[in-house]
Amino acid sequence: MHQLSRRSFIKNAGGTGIALWLGINIRGNGIITTTNIVATNIIESGNFTPYILVESGGGITIFNTKPEMGQGTFQSIPAIIAEEFEVSLDQVTIKNTNGEKPFGNRQRAGGSSSIRTNYTDLRKVGASAKEVFIKAASARWQVDESSCYAENGKIIHKPTNRNFTYGELVADASKLELPKEPKLKDPKDFKILGKLAKRPDVPLKTNGSAQFGIDVQVPGMLYATVARSPVIGGTLKSFDATEAMKIPGVEKVVQVERIMGRYHSVGLAVIANSYWTAMKARRMLKIEWDNKGYENFNSVDYEKHLRELSGEEGVPDKTIGSVDSLNLPPEHTIEAFYETPMVAHHTLEPINCVAQVRGDQVEIWTSTQVPSSITGSGENDVHKYIGFAPDNIKLHSTFVGGGFGRRLNVDYVIEAVSIAKNFSQPVKVLWSREDTTEFGPYRPMTFSQLKGGFSEDGKLISFQHKVISPSFQEGMNSQFDIKKVDGTMVEGIGEQAYEIPNIKTSYVRADFHVPVAAWRSVTSSTLAFCHECFIDELAHKANKDPMNFRLELLSKPSDTKRVLLKMKEFSHWDEQLPNNKGRGVAQWEFFAGLCAQVVEVTVQPDQSIHVDKVFAVIDLGEVVNPDNVKNQVEGAIVMALGAAVKPGITLQDGKCMQHNFYDNPLIRIQEVPEVEVLILAEGGKVKGVGEPGLPAFAPALANAIFAATGNRIRKMPFDLKKV
Amino acid sequence: MISLNVNQKVYQVDVDPNMPLLWVIRDFIGLTGTKYGCGVAQCGACTVHLNGEAVRSCVTKVSRAEGQKIVTIEGLSENNDHPAQLAWQQIDVPQCGYCHSGQLMSAAVLLRENPNPTDEDIDIAMSGNICRCGTYLRIRKTIHIAAEIQKTKTKTAV
Repeated sequence: MHQLSRRSFIKNAGGTGIALWLGINIRGNGIITTTNIVATNIIESGNFTPYILVESGGGITIFNTKPEMGQGTFQSIPAIIAEEFEVSLDQVTIKNTNGEKPFGNRQRAGGSSSIRTNYTDLRKVGASAKEVFIKAASARWQVDESSCYAENGKIIHKPTNRNFTYGELVADASKLELPKEPKLKDPKDFKILGKLAKRPDVPLKTNGSAQFGIDVQVPGMLYATVARSPVIGGTLKSFDATEAMKIPGVEKVVQVERIMGRYHSVGLAVIANSYWTAMKARRMLKIEWDNKGYENFNSVDYEKHLRELSGEEGVPDKTIGSVDSLNLPPEHTIEAFYETPMVAHHTLEPINCVAQVRGDQVEIWTSTQVPSSITGSGENDVHKYIGFAPDNIKLHSTFVGGGFGRRLNVDYVIEAVSIAKNFSQPVKVLWSREDTTEFGPYRPMTFSQLKGGFSEDGKLISFQHKVISPSFQEGMNSQFDIKKVDGTMVEGIGEQAYEIPNIKTSYVRADFHVPVAAWRSVTSSTLAFCHECFIDELAHKANKDPMNFRLELLSKPSDTKRVLLKMKEFSHWDEQLPNNKGRGVAQWEFFAGLCAQVVEVTVQPDQSIHVDKVFAVIDLGEVVNPDNVKNQVEGAIVMALGAAVKPGITLQDGKCMQHNFYDNPLIRIQEVPEVEVLILAEGGKVKGVGEPGLPAFAPALANAIFAATGNRIRKMPFDLKKV
Repeated sequence: MISLNVNQKVYQVDVDPNMPLLWVIRDFIGLTGTKYGCGVAQCGACTVHLNGEAVRSCVTKVSRAEGQKIVTIEGLSENNDHPAQLAWQQIDVPQCGYCHSGQLMSAAVLLRENPNPTDEDIDIAMSGNICRCGTYLRIRKTIHIAAEIQKTKTKTAV
């Protein structure tokens, strides 16, 4: 167990000989300033994030600070650096960081942000590193820098072909000033970015050697399972563990508090010498729960409550023009109410965490999207809840078997440390699939009231979208001012590119005691459904083709317009479909990125709907790994399909009614449509990949079903056999 | 004491005979390639071969496996080069990767029984394996590739 000072970190990680660290100083708005460190020096500045380590012995390591959860950062983050640094990924060792302080407080993967917020910085790191090695080599040879170039980890003197490897230049390079504004490569010279590239983590995932949090084994490890209040919101009242303790192999039964934002609940942990034994003993516990009145909570009643709340004015979000002063005749307006359910994340790797406490030190092993929150010293970081100084928290951050936003939360880490305090051995806390399903958090349901109105000459001039839902921010922070709009619950609805002169978006908050969390694409996963289906309803009211209707609202140049025009072509939108088929379009732009989809469906002889094909156009600005982008969009569509057509999460008598995949099913191989993805990487703002493929799917599907059947769907989930 | 033959190696484990094979393999033998996803044979992440048949180890009592031939993902090939593994690597099938041990173990049995599977054959054989990341289109495509690789390997086998 070691102190995590920079000094020891550099010494331990640097290997033999001299090591050169190159990275980003994140002070000053991320302006690249690189610092040289020789192994015996100490970095004094607090904001230096090393990305490249070059050792005089020849080793090159590139660090990936964004946890790999299938979105491809293990390859894509190093690829950006490697491209400019003129090394191939075969020549380097890639290491995932573990929340260590030198790597900064942005060791988090979420919000589709890994590439889009770091693209240029990462290129600059690689380019600056390359330039300093050119400087070093040209000085050694006493030649002009312009006569040297970098290729495959070497600096080559063009006229004579003599060369040095980066390793051979480390000592010289470490004495030089690093360029602050390096020259970036011309994209036409890219060897890695935008090209077919293999992901180095794939072979580890084909032979069982990739280690996930759940696979961690530490000598002497005990196993724990936690009984939590079946009524969500309840807490432990009393218990009798006598029978449980009789089972051979059971060590202890301890109380443990679960903390997630404003959600607090005490449960009972059983710790034993194997998971199976701990589960056996847990079934023998006699527990009395204090349900605190939450046993009266039912989803059905709550949904009625949300419908009633839709009559309230709510808090304004975005206001353009004045919808209220238009006084449009009723025959020029339409109104609709949309409902979407709670859903579970169902990361296939269930929630887990190993923790070991030794005095004032704690060591943690887990799958997480937020290493920085576990080791960090911020207000909302884990240290505050577990009572350890940040410097005394050591994390091992593994490959993640699915994040989807669930693993942005650290409730299970806090729980595990709390249990581990009772032991000297490491303790692995494992949540069963039932635990992972029954206790939340969930994506909150959102209900939407939409109104639209046309002018005398048929132009859409008025659009209102009121969201009625629980508040995610309030769920995470009991201090949240509920008189203000929760921006996370209205994301995107006031920001679509459609040119409508009068827009009013607003939010009505509903009280909710159930833990909620961001679910892939967050609230866009529900709001895009309402918003884009309603745009279709308006198109229908105006007697216009839905694609043309949208394009008519996009007279000015915009990313959305560009994407929809491409989609019109890509999906053969204007080609006639047979009578029993239909197609629908939707697009969504939000914090994560922009994607449009067209879905084609067939009405089967038995009137059920078959989802045939999805065309997806994703706007990226720049593309790092095109094949990985396709994988992500295909995957997002599958996830969106599941949320659209499979039963959601419901509560009755305060308890979650779903337990495992037999009553909360996921999409299986035989249910997936064909997918074709078109990537637009035409420069401009860099947009994200992980989430954008999700929101546009459900509305495109519902719009396709309307086109094929004339039936308008305003509620998710919907049964493809019965629409 | 229960004697288990896993990947051609014999292990003696002192466990409850009712303990599912999955936990014995993971927690007692220490082979963590076989995954826990649901515990009720719904997701397939725990798939191993028992005398060549694909079984869900989460619902297979260890007593059933005693003295039988068990193969886990770690034993599917010597060098990560079973035709299915090579195919999986060829087109970068996995995303998070958690389900793919189970996917590969199911696919290996399919390919052995049916060297020329159609899309429908693949869907039926693989319908018990859930992928939350949604890599299904790639799984279907890669099994066709694996079938081709298997043909070439068989041809050149001595």
